[in-house]
Amino acid sequence: MATDKRGNKINLEQVRHIALLARLELTAEEEQRMLGDLEEMLEYVDKLNQLDTGAVEPTAQVGEIGAAMREDTVTNREDPASILANAPAAREQMFKVPKIIE
Amino acid sequence: MTTDACKLTIAQAQHLLRSRELSATELTRACLDRISAVEPRLNAFITICHEQALAQARDAERRLAQGDAPALCGIPLAIKDIYATRGVRTTCASKILENFVPPYDATVIARLRAEGAVFLGKANLDEFAMGSSTENSAFGPTRNPCDLQRVAGGSSGGSAAAVAADECLGALGTDTGGSIREPAAFCGVVGIKPTYSRVSRFGIIAYASSLDQVGPFAKTVRDAAILLRSLAGADPADSTCSTRPVPDYERALNGEVKGLRIGVPKEYFVEGMQPEVEGAVRAALRHYESMGATTVEVSLPHTDYAIAAYYLIATAEASANLERYDGIRYGLRVEADNLTDLYRRSRGRGFGAEVKRRIMLGTFALSTGYYDAYYLKAQKVRTLIKRDFDQAFARCDLIVTPTAPTTAFRLGEKMSDPLQMYLSDIFTISVNLAGLPGMALPCGYDRQGMPIGLQLIGPAFGEETVLRAGDAYERSGAVTRRPTVV
Repeated sequence: MATDKRGNKINLEQVRHIALLARLELTAEEEQRMLGDLEEMLEYVDKLNQLDTGAVEPTAQVGEIGAAMREDTVTNREDPASILANAPAAREQMFKVPKIIE
Repeated sequence: MTTDACKLTIAQAQHLLRSRELSATELTRACLDRISAVEPRLNAFITICHEQALAQARDAERRLAQGDAPALCGIPLAIKDIYATRGVRTTCASKILENFVPPYDATVIARLRAEGAVFLGKANLDEFAMGSSTENSAFGPTRNPCDLQRVAGGSSGGSAAAVAADECLGALGTDTGGSIREPAAFCGVVGIKPTYSRVSRFGIIAYASSLDQVGPFAKTVRDAAILLRSLAGADPADSTCSTRPVPDYERALNGEVKGLRIGVPKEYFVEGMQPEVEGAVRAALRHYESMGATTVEVSLPHTDYAIAAYYLIATAEASANLERYDGIRYGLRVEADNLTDLYRRSRGRGFGAEVKRRIMLGTFALSTGYYDAYYLKAQKVRTLIKRDFDQAFARCDLIVTPTAPTTAFRLGEKMSDPLQMYLSDIFTISVNLAGLPGMALPCGYDRQGMPIGLQLIGPAFGEETVLRAGDAYERSGAVTRRPTVV
């Protein structure tokens, strides 16, 4: 797996990029800690490269598939009030969000 | 009788409730009194449902009086705070869901409710089930009822501790990499993770969907069998849930292990393991032989790669599952000028350190340029791990191992080193990757008096074999349960 010229698997810039992709605000202290933790984890998982998996199919799911098809009937309860009760901000029957178009 | 009623097993309580020697209200009150007495020291619960539990108990009493009550009618249970419970706050031990009140029940909660079970409260866990000690809870750690300076295990540590301390008769947990079995072992109770797809997960807050499974904690194997029968079975709301009929697990408990072929994987007796753990497991194997089972050495050669594969697959799935916590429809919102900053701030403040770490690792493993090297590679290794079990089960009916390499560790001991914490799941994680049933049950104590857990692993849908073998061991009196310190 990829390393940079100092042998590191991840750098601070990548940590910031991943944090943005994941929509996580990290403090400067958290970024540093994250860099060290991810470096350690990525070094650890490197051991998977000891295995030749060239001819191995990936497993995404185990177990049995249940009833994938059902009657096309509406089962939701009409209960907007109890759903909106959890909303951080709501008006009438709507969730309030910040303006997204300038 | 009444004050000690919380110490009953489910099987005992069923009998006493039906013979009217004990009322459901007396039983629930005994549990609530016990909870009041020990919670200041244990912290096994995030939310206690005092009034609701008593109301459920009164309803159960009426049904019991009519004489046709279902199995769990009047039985007081603790529910891991990862199950959606209608009208009762469900936090997943996270600040981001601190005030979330689900408008619906998880399928298994609805089933237990219909049976007349009593819900005492919502049990503590590692935030979003990510951890092995329940120290990652936004509501403080749960302490081990056998030694208050030690962890209860995790992530279902509250459920395990509540059962061990007789705060309830049984409990529900979830297990993604060992989160039922490791805390069961650490607290000295029984915990079973069924086959992947055996139990519906609708309404259970998702961590890693290809690994998550629901299961019970109990004081005896028989009680675990009783609970599992009520939990298992098809669900139109969960298309990953098997439509296979559910056996009467309790009827499988005939005490018989004669001729049972027990596989002992050589890779599970490794350096660094606490000697007393190995000693107790070896003694349990000899005990099985004395009861007429045979043991055969088997090999699970990819065991050493399981944790690496798990932490890529589980975190990748978690990074997608936890995208929904965005501060818009429910949960914590931290206001900002624009939507992206609102997401970032809400999630940055709402999630704890371990959850952020796993979201970051998972996002990285799925990101452009790294997907093949990390995520896909891990899925291929998962195939090899599953194949190991298929080959082993060609030669045996059941695999027996330790549940964890050590007994419960001290609070704080592993919090500064995530990798060390992950390694406590080394014997349980492969079972999730392969989707198999696994059960932890007590098989002895170390010199400090901490419980040691045996792990029984069955082939897919082999719950009856697992439960039968566990019950036979337990019934033979090989281990006497010791009182807790609370």
